[in-house]
Amino acid sequence: MDFRLTPEAQEFYDEVCAFFDEHLDAETIAREERTGDGFDRAFHEALAERGWVAADWPKKFGGQERDAHEMYVLDQEFLRRGCPRNTSVTTGLVGNTLRVVGTERQKRELLPGIASGRIVISLGYSEPQAGSDVAAAQTRARREGDHWRIDGQKMFTTGAHLTDYIFLLARSDASGGKRDGLTMFLVPTDSEGFEAQAVPTLGGERTNLSFYSGVRVPDWLRVGEVDGGWDVMKVALSLEQGVGFSGSAETLHRRALEWAERAGRLDDPLVRERLARTALNAEVGKLLEQRAVWMTAEGRPMRAEGPMCKLFTSEALIEDAGSLLDMLGPDALESGGGPTSPAAAAVEFFQRYAQGTAIYAGTSEIMRSLIAEQGLGLPRSRSG
Amino acid sequence: MDLALSEEQELIRETFAGFFSNESSLELVRECEPLGFSADLWKKFAETGALGMGVPESLGGGGTGLIEMALVAEECGRQLAPVPFVESAVAARLLARLEAPDALEAALEDAAPLALALRLVDDSPGQRIPAGAVAGSVLALRGGALVRVSRPPGWEPDCPKNHGSAPIASWPLAEAPGEVLAEGERARAEFDTAVEEWKLLTAAALVGLGRESVRLGAEYAKGREQFGAPIGSYQGIAHPLADCATAVDGAQLLVWEAVWAREDEPERAPALASMAFAFAAESAARAATVSLHTHGGYGFSLEYDVQLYFRRARAWPLVWDDPRRELQRLADRLYGPSRS
Repeated sequence: MDFRLTPEAQEFYDEVCAFFDEHLDAETIAREERTGDGFDRAFHEALAERGWVAADWPKKFGGQERDAHEMYVLDQEFLRRGCPRNTSVTTGLVGNTLRVVGTERQKRELLPGIASGRIVISLGYSEPQAGSDVAAAQTRARREGDHWRIDGQKMFTTGAHLTDYIFLLARSDASGGKRDGLTMFLVPTDSEGFEAQAVPTLGGERTNLSFYSGVRVPDWLRVGEVDGGWDVMKVALSLEQGVGFSGSAETLHRRALEWAERAGRLDDPLVRERLARTALNAEVGKLLEQRAVWMTAEGRPMRAEGPMCKLFTSEALIEDAGSLLDMLGPDALESGGGPTSPAAAAVEFFQRYAQGTAIYAGTSEIMRSLIAEQGLGLPRSRSG
Repeated sequence: MDLALSEEQELIRETFAGFFSNESSLELVRECEPLGFSADLWKKFAETGALGMGVPESLGGGGTGLIEMALVAEECGRQLAPVPFVESAVAARLLARLEAPDALEAALEDAAPLALALRLVDDSPGQRIPAGAVAGSVLALRGGALVRVSRPPGWEPDCPKNHGSAPIASWPLAEAPGEVLAEGERARAEFDTAVEEWKLLTAAALVGLGRESVRLGAEYAKGREQFGAPIGSYQGIAHPLADCATAVDGAQLLVWEAVWAREDEPERAPALASMAFAFAAESAARAATVSLHTHGGYGFSLEYDVQLYFRRARAWPLVWDDPRRELQRLADRLYGPSRS
C-alpha cells in the first residue's frame, strides 16, 4: 500500500508545474475568464509541442505512452490552475475512442493531427430534447451515395465555435429501438450548413447550440458501423469514467483560506469548521479519483468506482462552495471572473462553476443509478 | 499510488472475515445485549493471537503494523463482534512501546481484555472507559504518569445501559492504586499515540459497520416488491444507498491513508487521522440511517438486524466525542490552534 505518486508521476508532476509556470500566463487566464472558451490555441499548441496533448498515446501516433497516474497529474493541474481545459478533454476523449473503434484511415489522417495540436474536437451528444437520455437523439443522418446528410440540432456543444470537428451522435434509422438506429460521425465545422450559436453559462463557460442544415459528411468520417453508434457511445462514455474535480476543491479551499487569513477571521470556530470540511472533502475526492486511476493503470475492471469520483467530487464542490460563500458574509457580495480573481470573488466564482460539474459528463442522478446498478446490484431504474 | 494488499494482508482479512462470520452471528450479538461482550467469543478470539498482533514478535506478538489491525477492525465492525478488539489491541501496543514486558505478558495471557482511558484522569476522573465494563486492567494518564490500574478485587463497575451496547464503565481511576509505566513527556507522547490509534481503528470498525449497513439495505431493496416492482428499482430508494456506498468507500480509503501516513508522511498524519475519524463516523451513521429507512416499517422493528447497526453507528464514535468536534480538531491540525 502506498499513497504517494508513483516516481514517474512525481517526476512528471514537476515537469508539468514548470510547463504551466512558463506557458500559462496571467493574460491567458484573464482571457479565459472573459470569454469562457475553454480553449486557448497558443497554450494548446505549446502543450502539443511538448507532446502532452495525447501524452498517453503510443509513440507512433505522437504520444509518449504516459500511464494513467501521469495523465491524472496533468489533468488535475489544469483544474488547480483554472487553465482552459474543456476542449483538450473532449479532443483527447474522441482521439481515444478513435484508437479503439476508428478505421485505419481515420487513425492515419486524424490521430497525428490531434497529437500535434492542429485538430481539436467537440462532443455532439446532447440535444435540446435529449440530455441524460442521450440515446433519444433525433438529429437525422441520411445516406446519399458516398456521403451522409445531417439535419438537426445539438445542445451544449462546448467549444464548437473553435473546434475542427463535432463528434456527432445521429439517428440513421428511426424504425427500430432507441439504441438500434444510431450512427456516429466526425462532422467538419467548416461544412456548409453548420452553425454554432453561443450559450453563455452561469459558470462563465461558453457553450453552444449547434445547427446542422443539410450538412454533407463523407462516409470515411463515419465512426463505427452504420446503426452501430451505441456501441461507439459505450466506448466513449466509458472513457469519461473516473472524471473528478478534487483539483477544483483544493483551489477553492486554498482561496477561501487566503480570505480568512487576510480578513483576520481564522480564529472564528465557524470559519475553521467550514474550511476544515472542505479540506476533508477534497481529500476524500482525491482518494476516490486516485483509486480509479490506480485501477485503470493496473487494468483492474471497474464497476462503480468511476461514477463515485464524479458523484462525490461534484456534489461536495457544490456543498462546500455554497458553505464557503456563506462564510464570507457581506464580503461574498463581490463578483469575480474566475479562480484567480481576488479571494472572495474566486469563492463566488466556484459557487457558480460548481453547479455545472454535477450536470455535464453525466448528471449526479445518472452517476447514482450507475453506482446502484453496478456497485450494489440493484435493478435498473430507468426505463427504455 | 498502490492500493493492493499484500498476500499476507489479504490472508489476514479473509481469515478474520471468516472468523467473525462463523463465530459472531447476529444472534450472538443480540444475546450479548445490553452488555455487548461475549466471554466465549473473546476466548476464541484471543486464541487467534489477534490481541497481540500489533506487538513486536520479540515481545511475544504478531509483529504486524497498524494497517493489518485496521483490516481486522473493519471485519469486527462488519459483524458487530461483541469483543473489545480495538481497545485491547491498542493497549497491548502501548504496553509494548513502554517496554513493560511483565504487564504485556500478563495482558496477552490474561483472560480479561485491556482498556484505555481516552481522556486525562485529572480532567475527567469519572470518564466512561471503552471496554471498561469487561476489562481486567485500564491504562490511563494520571498526574502526568501513565499508569496501569488493575481491577480492584471484588469491585464491580457500574455499566450504564446504552443504545450502542458498548461495554463502557467508569473506574475509580483517581484513587485506585496503579503501576507507573512511564512519566513526563514520554508518558504523554505514548498516550497520545495510543489515542490516535484507537481513533483510527474505531474509524476502521465504522467502515465495516457502514459497508454492511449498505449491503443489508441493498439486499432488502432487491427482494422487497411494492407497486409491482422491487423497491430498489425506484430512484428514491436506490440513490441514497448509492451516496452511502460512495461515502463508505471514501472513508475506507481515508482510514487506510491516515494509517499509512503515520510512517510514510508523518507531517500529514495528524490531520488525516482527524479526517478519517470524522468522516467514518458520519458515513457510518448516514449509511445505517438510510439502510434502516430502506427497510421501511420492518427497519423500525426490532426483529430486523439493521437496527443493531443503526444503534451502534452513532454510539461507537461518541465514546470519544462529537464528530463535529473532531472537525474542529482537524482545523487545529491544519491551521494551527485558534487564538480565541
